[in-house]
Amino acid sequence: MLPKEYRTISELSGPLLMVEKTRNVRYDELVEIELSSGERRRGRVLEITSDRALVQVFEGTDGIDIKNTKLLFLGKVLTIPVSRDMLGRIFNGRGEPIDDGAQILGDKKLDINGMPMNPFSRDFPSEFIQTGISTIDGMNPMVRGQKLPIFSASGLPHNRMAAQIARQATVISGHEDFAVVFAAMGITFEEASFFMEDFRKTGAIQRTVMFVNLADDPAIERITTPRIALTAAEYLAFELNMHVVVILTDLTNYCEALREISAARKEVPGRRGYPGYLYTDLATMYERAGRLKGKSGSITQIPILTMPEDDKTHPIPDLTGYITEGQIILSRTLHRKGIYPPVDVMPSLSRLKDKGIGKGKTREDHADLMNQLFAAYARGKEAKELAVILGEGALTDEDKAFAKFADIFEDRYVRQGEYENRTFEETLELGWDLLTVIPVKELKRVRDAYIEKYLQPRMQSGEKAEAVPGKV
Amino acid sequence: MATEKVIKGTIEKISGPLVVAKGMYGASMYDVVRIGEIGLVGEIIELKGDTASIQAYEETSGLMPGEPVVSTGLPLSVELGPGLMEQFYDGVQRPLHLIEEVAKSHYISRGIDVPAIDREKKWGFVPRVKKGDIVAEGDVLGVVQETVLVEHKILVPYGVSGKVLEIREGDFKVEETVAVIEQSGEKKNVSMLQRWPVRKPRPVAKRLPPVIPLTTGQRVVDAFFPIAMGGTACVPGPFGSGKTVIQHQLAKWAEAEIVVYVGCGERGNEMTDVLLEFPELEDPRSGQPLMKRTVLIANTSNMPVAAREASIYTAITMAEYYRDMGYSVALMADSTSRWAEALREMSGRLEEMPGEEGYPAYLGTRLASFYERAGRAIVLGKEGLEGSVTAIGAVSPPGGDLSEPVSQNTLRVTKVFWGLDANLAYQRHFPAINWLLSYSLYTDKLDEYWDERFDDEWSSLRIEGMTLLEDEDSLREIVRLVGVDALSKEERMVLETAKSLREDFLHQNAFHEVDTYASMEKQFKMLKTIIAFHHIGMEALKKGASMNEVFNLPVREAIARMRYLEEKEISKIDDLEDRMKQEISGVIPVGGESDAA
Repeated sequence: MLPKEYRTISELSGPLLMVEKTRNVRYDELVEIELSSGERRRGRVLEITSDRALVQVFEGTDGIDIKNTKLLFLGKVLTIPVSRDMLGRIFNGRGEPIDDGAQILGDKKLDINGMPMNPFSRDFPSEFIQTGISTIDGMNPMVRGQKLPIFSASGLPHNRMAAQIARQATVISGHEDFAVVFAAMGITFEEASFFMEDFRKTGAIQRTVMFVNLADDPAIERITTPRIALTAAEYLAFELNMHVVVILTDLTNYCEALREISAARKEVPGRRGYPGYLYTDLATMYERAGRLKGKSGSITQIPILTMPEDDKTHPIPDLTGYITEGQIILSRTLHRKGIYPPVDVMPSLSRLKDKGIGKGKTREDHADLMNQLFAAYARGKEAKELAVILGEGALTDEDKAFAKFADIFEDRYVRQGEYENRTFEETLELGWDLLTVIPVKELKRVRDAYIEKYLQPRMQSGEKAEAVPGKV
Repeated sequence: MATEKVIKGTIEKISGPLVVAKGMYGASMYDVVRIGEIGLVGEIIELKGDTASIQAYEETSGLMPGEPVVSTGLPLSVELGPGLMEQFYDGVQRPLHLIEEVAKSHYISRGIDVPAIDREKKWGFVPRVKKGDIVAEGDVLGVVQETVLVEHKILVPYGVSGKVLEIREGDFKVEETVAVIEQSGEKKNVSMLQRWPVRKPRPVAKRLPPVIPLTTGQRVVDAFFPIAMGGTACVPGPFGSGKTVIQHQLAKWAEAEIVVYVGCGERGNEMTDVLLEFPELEDPRSGQPLMKRTVLIANTSNMPVAAREASIYTAITMAEYYRDMGYSVALMADSTSRWAEALREMSGRLEEMPGEEGYPAYLGTRLASFYERAGRAIVLGKEGLEGSVTAIGAVSPPGGDLSEPVSQNTLRVTKVFWGLDANLAYQRHFPAINWLLSYSLYTDKLDEYWDERFDDEWSSLRIEGMTLLEDEDSLREIVRLVGVDALSKEERMVLETAKSLREDFLHQNAFHEVDTYASMEKQFKMLKTIIAFHHIGMEALKKGASMNEVFNLPVREAIARMRYLEEKEISKIDDLEDRMKQEISGVIPVGGESDAA
């Protein structure tokens, strides 16, 4: 039976349109919309009753008129063609090539919404991914199959950091098929071209699939962009057995688009006008990261979001933090001090860190060393705050040692070059170097055996770590 | 029971997980229905005339108005019987491994109908009653060894009583009749399989006050904010403060005979972690894998939202079932906020008038009636067994702000509050339970219990420890204002001891093979040693010893390492007191005695 064509739009509002007198329309069905100009757009059924359907138009409703627009219900959900040929290509937010290359003739077509992974069929993420950035590898190690977002804010170098991770990310167990899927939602042309240039220049483009929805593209398209990207990632990971890192930027724009739809539907809002189902909606994307039993590929997600007013309790970072397995938080204070990458290690966290490190994965002392560095940095920062109020004189000798540690930690451990790719051994060794400034008896978080093995040789050689002023 | 007439309606409207059907006149609230040609499972949550609003437990994509909706005439129920242990279920009690088998996929597809309890497996049934015995509901008909750790008691089902006409022994499948009971002239066949509607609490004979501790091996919990068997607790905290790790730790080490763990709207990887880890971990008491006494329920955040709403009821019904056998059961729900959000989403789709922050006005009553299903009780049955359900719920307040409705409504009904603190978490002080914020309303009752076991010393140690921690807080305020030099020697000693309490006692590393669990005896010895050092040190300072020398005695190193002593070596802690006395005598200046006098 041929799909029936409708010309019965009764209402247009924001990204939504209402069609009357519908018959046999399915929930979530894909809709093709033909404007009077001949332009074709797509949409999906958001709600149906026995004789009317509410349709969300992916490309927005501008230019659609009630009189002449035709609608066709296609009887299937939105799918995209997927294939290995997607690597090295650039697509728009709807999945159409924009790099003058050929159309993708898919090996198969996949539903962009995916399906929830059965938790029983998941395999636990446990292999360390080296990003070459000390604050991640040493302090918040990431593992394959993890979802670890970067919480940034306007004016911070999250894009440079994302590009650095995309360039440097590697698995240490050996050379395996590695791919990056990059989805941009509502970013500016300038930002997008930074990524494209950077990936082209460094050759990373060969292993990258890019989906770009620019700031002036229809906002509503952003709802589909990350889902298309994740569908491509699932294909690469679980059909072609590649290790895929998915970078999604900027989730804040995505959530705003979602709020727009919700408002147009006149739904009861949750916090700050975002829909009550924001958590569930974000989860359907974030939870697509992971590993599956019996498959060697994996999907690791690095969503990037800018926190409005640097506020971590804003619904977007807040709900994200509850779903993802940790977060990397960028700090404006460090950025002002000129430290790149300005990772604020204290509130940053990788929940799966303990699974990916230790003997046989990175090194036996990694966990203890990491905990000690955290504790020492926390105490050092506290001592420095105290010194601000009371002056250096009020500090005990120990507190002074910790304060010094906090300084050199920021200067030598956190700070690194944008093109500096540190191996995890280099990062660990650097950590022990820095601990030499603290009295041994204060090192309560590390086992005695490790102190003997890693710290004693340094103490004996008498070389204590010093801050090198101005070192970049 | 079920009405014979099948009620069949048609779909009128679909909006996400909400399906509205017409022609449902005669159906009851909370009846389970099958939606559409593919037969998705749903539950009626609102009735208006012949129109029923239904929450669908599966993704509704592809449904069409006009498709049929059939009521099963039964409320949402769980299956109870041998075979629950070691299972891994979704929110509506479908075993996830069977979903994988039937779907032949790593993903959860729809319309899959699998039995909650294995119908083919045979269990060795050993009767406990004889032919001719008079039995009533809750009596033990016989037992089945479900796992090495769990003896599953087959109870006379609720509503059945009378004379045992027949009782069998041997290996049976769960649906086979094991007993025939004559009830007012009618013969009732009893099998090992029962059903119970999830939203209805299972009855008990008598409820008891919670006065027996449920130890957890977590020092900050057991020593300072203990929970009682049959008690309720909540763990609110912002993300990254370690809620889930605490829930996992409690599920691992709580001294419960049965653990029901429900991951409600949480991360898939976390559930996989539990699933992989529990069979490996050994129960410190029995030496058997922890999984042998555990049921897992997972409805991760990306699985259908309505099933998330059902999952905590599924869990607590199973917990009650094991309680009825006379077991102490611990139920962990992570996280009740996600459950509340599911409630909010359905409420919004029903276009109900919202209460605070869009949550429905009945949020508070729903939460209260959930926690009220916890408790210690004499269960039904003539043996008069005692069982308990302890409920521990995690709460995920937006931005860590406890003023939001889910936290507030939870705090009103739970008796223990473990307040997680993001600042402690940043300092990697775990468990990040803030000792100044948290409380337990069971402390007094449980102090009595422990004082009996630990020579009346327990409560005084606990109170002294807590006082030191509180004093530290006000002293640190002074230090922040005028510097540490403004403090007297005694006050510096308080700071030192409080620091030792924080770092050597309260801080506990969940990932360290020994430190992860501490028996009550070990906790008692550790606390006693730290407080003993406080007294001895204070004494020495009064006698003129220098602060530096007292604070840096080598014995303090040993105090800091007490936590890493294995349970079989804990008697070594007893020697520390002598050692500190010896060392301290070396730093008290000659003539110090007279100074003090």
